[in-house]
Amino acid sequence: MNRYKTLLALSLSLLLGNANAQINRPVPAIDLKNTAGITVNTAAITNNGKPIIIDFWATWCKPCVLELNTINDVYADWQKETGVKIIAVSTDDARNLAKVAPFVAGKAWEFDILLDPNGDFKRAMNVNNIPHTFLLNGNGEIVWQHASYEPGDEDHLYELVKKVAKGEKIEE
Amino acid sequence: MKKIFVCVAFLSIAVVAKAQQDSATKSAPNKPFIQNPPLQLPNFGEIHGNFQFDAQYYRVDSLINAPKVPEKILSNGFLNLTYTKDKFYAGLRYESFLNPLQGYPSGFKGSGVPHRYAGYIADDFEVTVGNFYEQFGSGTIFRAYEEKNLGIDNSLDGLRVRFRPVKGIYLKGFVARQRSFFALGPGIVRGADIDFSVNEIFTKLENSNLRYTFGGGFISKYQPDNDPIYILPENVGAFAGRAGIQYKKVTLSGEYAYKINDPSADNKFIYKEGTAISINAGYATKGLGISVAAKRIDNMSFRSDRAASRTDLTLSFLPAATKQHTYMLPSFYPYATQPNGELGIQGEITYTFKKGSLVGGRYGTTITANYASVWGLDTTQVADQKVGYTAKFLSPGKLYFEDKNIEITKKITSKLKAGYTFMHLVYNKDVVQGVPGFGIVYAYINVLDVSYKLAKNNTVRTELQHMRTKQDMGSWAAGLIEYTIAPKYFIAVLDQFNYGNSESKKQIHYVVAQAGYLKNTLRIAGGYGKQREGIICVGGVCRNVPASNGFTLSITSSF
Repeated sequence: MNRYKTLLALSLSLLLGNANAQINRPVPAIDLKNTAGITVNTAAITNNGKPIIIDFWATWCKPCVLELNTINDVYADWQKETGVKIIAVSTDDARNLAKVAPFVAGKAWEFDILLDPNGDFKRAMNVNNIPHTFLLNGNGEIVWQHASYEPGDEDHLYELVKKVAKGEKIEE
Repeated sequence: MKKIFVCVAFLSIAVVAKAQQDSATKSAPNKPFIQNPPLQLPNFGEIHGNFQFDAQYYRVDSLINAPKVPEKILSNGFLNLTYTKDKFYAGLRYESFLNPLQGYPSGFKGSGVPHRYAGYIADDFEVTVGNFYEQFGSGTIFRAYEEKNLGIDNSLDGLRVRFRPVKGIYLKGFVARQRSFFALGPGIVRGADIDFSVNEIFTKLENSNLRYTFGGGFISKYQPDNDPIYILPENVGAFAGRAGIQYKKVTLSGEYAYKINDPSADNKFIYKEGTAISINAGYATKGLGISVAAKRIDNMSFRSDRAASRTDLTLSFLPAATKQHTYMLPSFYPYATQPNGELGIQGEITYTFKKGSLVGGRYGTTITANYASVWGLDTTQVADQKVGYTAKFLSPGKLYFEDKNIEITKKITSKLKAGYTFMHLVYNKDVVQGVPGFGIVYAYINVLDVSYKLAKNNTVRTELQHMRTKQDMGSWAAGLIEYTIAPKYFIAVLDQFNYGNSESKKQIHYVVAQAGYLKNTLRIAGGYGKQREGIICVGGVCRNVPASNGFTLSITSSF
């Protein structure tokens, strides 16, 4: 019986910790490479106190490319107004990995690109399918996430980015 | 018993945690300071996870060749839970296949916790015990990975260490056995890998235009020889070396892999060594990207069990060096690497015509052209079973696959977007699908994809597709119409019509209707209709997904 009591106590304490931490969820620490071959630790991603968007995508994923194309058209305005930085995490495996940098350049995308060829970061962030978007506040903590993309979702995302840039809380 | 106890405890923690999180948000929406007292509560770490469930109700349909499913309903599902607390992490996955959906390996039948792990990560050191995924270089000799939607999970179960002695040098090593559905394979796998990022090692070179990386990995597998006739190598080693160089906009990288003789079911038990070479070059500047690649594979199938087949217990990852198509008809004839031997080349160029230019128009126009060709090796059979065959180095044999395609995408007005794809395909069905006697399929495919924004959040999208071929099942036409109301709803109807089938009773419409609800990370989708027989190819192996007729339900969520 004592064993159960201990477990119950442990569960409760974990819960309290979780509920507390849920509000300020940090990004897990995974070493990824960028397209220049430099190692970047995902826990150390910063943007001078401004919001960050982490978007999981792949070259073969049509909705992902549609989403990033759409955002790329307005990215300069978003940056000017809120200072937001977009990190597009490519989940392409060895089949398409060497094509990622030329693909991004050919599309004239301005995003920071990280490469996650074996899904380590994708797993650590509990992503089921792509596209999957995370919004981080100025402290680099995850405050909102969204799976899949439908045209118009970018407007909603930008409303949230503006809130985060002002230091407001996201209540959804 | 102990195992189950721990799992139940873990599950209950997560479920209550989610409930608590929801109620916390609901009860105090405008009181963030009451809701968030980080200094008063100790931090006991965090639990997150994700969930997926796919089910299908199968109806008998002899016309489309849909097999009878005695269970009527089949389903796949899993729940991942991850726990992190400072430098400590742990997690597990409960999986359930009752019974596995059609097209998935039947070995998955059942449920349980085949994936659990714990680890510790410091700045320069990490240790993991239990299940883990890992890859050396591009995976030619070793990749443990998961593709849940394709029914692949060849994780390792053992012990792994990663170590960074100085900035820019990355070492990793492991000893483990490989997961095989809900059990482990018979082999023991040992591996070590080192990676040098030269510009990270020497701070002087940190901002240099010239960047170098190189590395190498070694894998050894042990499997006892219980064969009554043959003397088989019990320890098989393989190594791979890689190097990359980047100067401003130009990159060049290559990899060479070698495997000692490894008689297996894949190579029909010949005692020949295996080799693989790949070279990639790229050019990337804003608005223009070019990539070219060449690849040669000779007897490079590598598994932790020499008797395994299909997608089971693979160590080597040999993806097709061809474009990955996702539209309905272009993905009809996918290529799969032939691990026993092939020679391939690929080139791709992406160019964006600037906004305001003649071709670019008001919003710009992007063109991607891609070419890929794969041949067998030019081989000569040798009577000596130790050798099996000899192959010329750079002489192409039989054509296995060729794909020429071009894609143009354009935003025409602020509301209207269009994309057009043309593709010409040569597909050696005998070789790729391993079904001799079919011959070569030649196909010409056109796809038009148009989307129109009706209102701020309402978009209608249509696809019109056509594939002309005289071989195999003949020509196809396909159409799709999709209506989305962001951010919550979608509905779609699609039809694939095999109008060119030489048997008139097989000129069938495969119609599917789907609808879904989305909210943040929750996605619930249902569908009904006929799905044609299809091929899924992954990591050098193709699997047949039988035709089906019935209802589908899919739920995904992450938290």
